Amino acid sequence: MDNVVHIKVSKVNFFYGKTHVLKNISMDIYKNKVTAIIGPSGCGKSTFIRLFNRMNDLIPNTKVEGHIYLDGEDILLTKTDVVNLRRKVGMVFQKPNPFPKSIFRNISYGLEVNNIKDRKFIEERVIESLKKAALWEEVKGRLNDNALMLSGGQQQRLCIARCLTVEPEVILFDEPCASLDPISTKKIEELITELKKNYTIVIVTHNMQQAARISDYTAFLYLGELVEYGITEKLFTVPENPKTEEYLSGKFG
Amino acid sequence: MKKSNISQKIGFFVISLCLIATLFFLGTILYFITVRGIRSISWEFLTKPPSGGMTEGGVSPAILGTFYLTIGAILFALPLGLACAIYLTEYTPKNIVVKILRISINNLAGVPSVVFGLFGLAVFVKFFNFGVSILSGSLTLGILILPGIISASQEALTAIPQSLREASLALGASKWQTIRKIVLPSSMPGILTGVILSIGRAAGETAPIIFTAAVFYMHGYPKSIFSEVMALPYHIYGLMTEGTSPEKQTQIAYGCALILMFFVLLLSAIAIYFRQKQRRVQHG
Repeated sequence: MDNVVHIKVSKVNFFYGKTHVLKNISMDIYKNKVTAIIGPSGCGKSTFIRLFNRMNDLIPNTKVEGHIYLDGEDILLTKTDVVNLRRKVGMVFQKPNPFPKSIFRNISYGLEVNNIKDRKFIEERVIESLKKAALWEEVKGRLNDNALMLSGGQQQRLCIARCLTVEPEVILFDEPCASLDPISTKKIEELITELKKNYTIVIVTHNMQQAARISDYTAFLYLGELVEYGITEKLFTVPENPKTEEYLSGKFG
Repeated sequence: MKKSNISQKIGFFVISLCLIATLFFLGTILYFITVRGIRSISWEFLTKPPSGGMTEGGVSPAILGTFYLTIGAILFALPLGLACAIYLTEYTPKNIVVKILRISINNLAGVPSVVFGLFGLAVFVKFFNFGVSILSGSLTLGILILPGIISASQEALTAIPQSLREASLALGASKWQTIRKIVLPSSMPGILTGVILSIGRAAGETAPIIFTAAVFYMHGYPKSIFSEVMALPYHIYGLMTEGTSPEKQTQIAYGCALILMFFVLLLSAIAIYFRQKQRRVQHG
């Protein structure tokens, strides 16, 4: 495998008030691969990936130490332009969160806030994104319908499409299937496998089978520490750390 | 067992009695005003100025005056109140200072309206020298409804799920874009509900305009925002306390009351409609 490091995490610590949430995490995330973050609830998985697009900035009383390099640039600096960063690092959330607007306006929003006014370009990009997110066939005749009319699975694919319009390099998925039925989950998983050809993907998941199915690399986080990180196949079959083995075999979590 | 059962029955009985009493009062007010007022209502009553020493003609200047004062109050209070609400909910951390600010604003809502009237007289009429005018009255009414608009807007803004803000920010929208394009449009029905209820309040208030805007009678219609005006609530007050033919005047006063009541009920109906719309947005 020709692995290019896309994101380099170096000695990251994260504090929420006095609670030490993430402890000295270092890892490399590779370009055009799917990296899964697994671990029991409250181990800091979501907090961890929310560092990559600085979403934790919204939470008061937090402190972060260390470095995260995206294409060699440290994104944790105060001078980092977070708006610009978030255009490069897209995010799909746990609960589908479409805007209470039309399907079209949901997708075009990312372009709108980038001050793109060319209608023809916007239209083309919206259709392209919907196709990439495997939603086009289901919504093509009703782009002006309210997005809240869609089913949960469709809403989540809409959120993926919305994220694709701004052409990010990295897409973060924060338990994207947590509120979806198995069929919708399968569609999202297929989509993620398809998307990794063009994007670097980091996915937080509760579901170990899901991590095994779709990821190339898996990181096991426990109590804020990175216990083990490596090629998914290897981590699931011959884990090095006894903690990982216990977790995978369902002894805790 | 048996004893608690009896006390429960008595409890229910007392509670339902209270409800019936309340509905009875509400119903009686509506019935009373309608029956007494409806006799005055005519096309002439709505479109002609008073004549014959307040015993004949219509009340159109008062209707128009109330309309002007209310619009003026909203034009002043809505931008100011909305800006305050946005600042308090979106831009300030949830700390003790903000809490105190919030309590102060709510307390402002509890100040008696006649105090606002005196304040308006001292500040707008005298200090700024706007005189007894639509402008002074509108500003005074505006301050009166400001706390209501702020609280309603704050409530509407905080009801917008954080996940929508995150979705917008994650797409590279700035905070201001997020507020303008996502948060405000989604909370608009809630804000409008507050605005409409405030309009009802502003339209019905008498005390704040006694010293600042209203006159019992004026010749013709107001010519600018510096003119004095007639207004429905003050007109009712005038009809009942001044003049020479109490019977005819009382009749006209009930007509005015009916118009005012109808106006406020209509606004409440519109407010309820918007509130339903807001619920639909929030619950998909």
